[in-house]
Amino acid sequence: MTTMDTHSKSSDTGTPGWKRYAFADHFRNAEDEFDACKLGFWLFLATEILLFSGLFCAYAMFRLLYPEAFAAGSHHLDVFYGGINTLVLLLSSFTVAMAIRCAQRDNQKWLRINLIITIFCAFLFFFIKIAFEYIPKWQQGIRPGILYSNPFAAHPQEPTWWSVYYGATSVHALHVLIGAGLLSWCLYRSIRFKAYGPKHYTMLENAGLYWHLVDIIWIFLFPLLYLIH
Amino acid sequence: MTTINTPHDSGHDGHHDEGSYLTPVEGGLVTNIIRWATTIDHKKLGMMYLVAVLIMFFLGGMMAMAVRAELWSPTRVLADGTVTGQLFQWGDGAAQGYENFNRIFTIHGAVMVFLVIIPGIPAVLGNFLLPLMLGAKDVAFPRLNLLSWYIYCLGALFAVASLIGSGVDTGWTFYTPYSSSHASNEYGNVVLMTSAAFILGFSSILTGLNFIVTIHKLRCPGMGWFDMPLFIWAMYATSIIQVLATPVIGITLALLIYERLLHVGIFDPSLGGDPVLFQHFFWFYSHPVVYVMILPGMGVVTEIIAVHARKPVFGYRAIAFASLGIAGVSFLVWAHHMFASMGELASAIFSALTFFVAIPTAVKVFNWIATLYKGSIAFTTPMFYALAFLFLFSIGGLTGLPLATLATDMHLHDSYFIVAHFHYTMMGGTIIAAIGGLHHWWPKMTGKMYNERVGILGCLLVFVGFNVTFFTQFFLGTQGMPRRYASYIDEFQLLHQISTVGSFILATGMFVHAANFIHSLIAGAKAPPNPWGGLSLEWNTDSPPIEHNFHHEPLLTHGPYDYEDVYPPHCDPADYPLPEPLPEGNSTH
Repeated sequence: MTTMDTHSKSSDTGTPGWKRYAFADHFRNAEDEFDACKLGFWLFLATEILLFSGLFCAYAMFRLLYPEAFAAGSHHLDVFYGGINTLVLLLSSFTVAMAIRCAQRDNQKWLRINLIITIFCAFLFFFIKIAFEYIPKWQQGIRPGILYSNPFAAHPQEPTWWSVYYGATSVHALHVLIGAGLLSWCLYRSIRFKAYGPKHYTMLENAGLYWHLVDIIWIFLFPLLYLIH
Repeated sequence: MTTINTPHDSGHDGHHDEGSYLTPVEGGLVTNIIRWATTIDHKKLGMMYLVAVLIMFFLGGMMAMAVRAELWSPTRVLADGTVTGQLFQWGDGAAQGYENFNRIFTIHGAVMVFLVIIPGIPAVLGNFLLPLMLGAKDVAFPRLNLLSWYIYCLGALFAVASLIGSGVDTGWTFYTPYSSSHASNEYGNVVLMTSAAFILGFSSILTGLNFIVTIHKLRCPGMGWFDMPLFIWAMYATSIIQVLATPVIGITLALLIYERLLHVGIFDPSLGGDPVLFQHFFWFYSHPVVYVMILPGMGVVTEIIAVHARKPVFGYRAIAFASLGIAGVSFLVWAHHMFASMGELASAIFSALTFFVAIPTAVKVFNWIATLYKGSIAFTTPMFYALAFLFLFSIGGLTGLPLATLATDMHLHDSYFIVAHFHYTMMGGTIIAAIGGLHHWWPKMTGKMYNERVGILGCLLVFVGFNVTFFTQFFLGTQGMPRRYASYIDEFQLLHQISTVGSFILATGMFVHAANFIHSLIAGAKAPPNPWGGLSLEWNTDSPPIEHNFHHEPLLTHGPYDYEDVYPPHCDPADYPLPEPLPEGNSTH
């Protein structure tokens, strides 16, 4: 992902960036470079899955050890907001896929519109998470670890549940922000240089893959945290 | 510009007047430093890693010497309260001295594992050689490569910061509750040290990812998977483990920092957490990573033996698949670090899986010996190191078997037997291979020859010193000396003193090598492009290589070990005669 775009810095000519793009000099041709970037990014996605696997393992382990605490804790979560956020992410996954399709068909206008919708969804997800979930719970004293001060805990191990909840969702939220950042960078380059088109859309495609990963992790977190009681 | 168009001439070839990658640019020292600090050339990055890793190796080595010095005599608190035999007594009394001892061996372990052995061969030799051996201009993602180096340096800074802030006493494994307990007042240091390991993990992941993609996509024309040098196969297996195991330690250490800062009760038993969960997480990374440490060493030894014995490697595919086999099995053995805390069935299964590691490992050892058989062995420093590797690594590997056996492990675990075992594999294996490889490729990397006699002297000192240091520890371990103790019963003193003397011989050998290398840089003879008569592609180019590695994109026409069919490039054919072909009709078929 990092070696592309070396030669597309100048924007003065009228030619779109994707037409001016020349592949990096240590590759034999553009297809090799595209394949290499895709392979590298899939490997990176595998590391992301494994990163979250630790959190999922901790979840499974403590669910086995303290099932009552987990049941009691998950009752405090609002399925409504969780469900809205799931829909928001699903929609954004669709629009980012459409953005890549638009790049392949050189539809620069809808490429941007789709990217803007995706980025908007990312921030909407983050806003709902913070404003309707984290802040109200924090005010009730439902906090991770030693900060927990809710007097109405149903089970002595309920703080452990909240630690797992805050750990998993905050690492995920961090990924939402990173994904939004990547997509914003793509949007900037698209507006400034018309950087993505039928022959060159590597970075957009990889940012899209990252966004799908963020989405799919939430698809697993949502039922595990909100729906199982 | 050349007039010959090779099939894949992309217009970037033909750098005939190009200088070596070490040639300074015009504009003075500052310009040159900036050029190096922002370089995306894999060769320069390999050299930058070499400098960084050697600094850390010196730090870790000094800590080891401190540990051995402390163990010269047992610490005793006499009836009147005076303390004898304790070297590290800054602060109050014997207890503080023990604490200091804990910190010193922790720094030794953490620095050696996370900053020296794991990045050592992949980041230094791998970065330098992988594109050269593949006939490529660079790794697939050169800027990512530069980023990995900076991440490594950031991690090293965190580790050193923790050391300056009086250090960490958890052991390099950061076991909870040592690392999470409320009582300890060393919040910052544990967080700094675990952050260091966390950050270094990213460097490791990015390097591994870069290598996998490079091997898949940047092999030169004519090079299929089974035409690659076996060092590349070893790096491939290593990179797979790095990419798949390291994220797990990332989340584990992140959770540990979370535990440490907020006391969330995931790992801390006093809050309902599970310390054994931490151990499982930790070893799910750290056991596969044991093979991240040894596999590149095996790759280096394969190259050295083939080149310096001038024999085609016996069982090329067996060695290649053994590398992948070790990588595969490595993910299934982590729980043998927790035999004492599991049920009988689980322990028996993990014990059996652990024995499986011995099979691909033994395949490799037998193949190396078969390669040496009737070879034309040159007794150079790299060859001495390869032979030392065979001896030491065999001892290390075979002493792993009693540790994989449940009944004997119950007696031997957490004793000096373990300490001796993993030093025989990690140091006797990886570090020995790394020093051998450094000698082997030193002419290629720097363009200078080292002094062969001094190199062999250093190798003998290291070999003798190493065995004197660590063979005694097998006896100490079987007699019951536990690891990580500053004090011991008087009966152990003789063996401890022999071990300490050995460590000083070992250190002397290292300084001999350091002096030899420095002398070579200042006054060494100019190295020819192919001093050993090797056939893999790195010997095709100049010593040191030109900025873009090759004058033309190479087209591979022979395997890396076809010594019986091909004259080595840039060598006098008279020095490397090919064997007479068998007369017609005398075929063994």
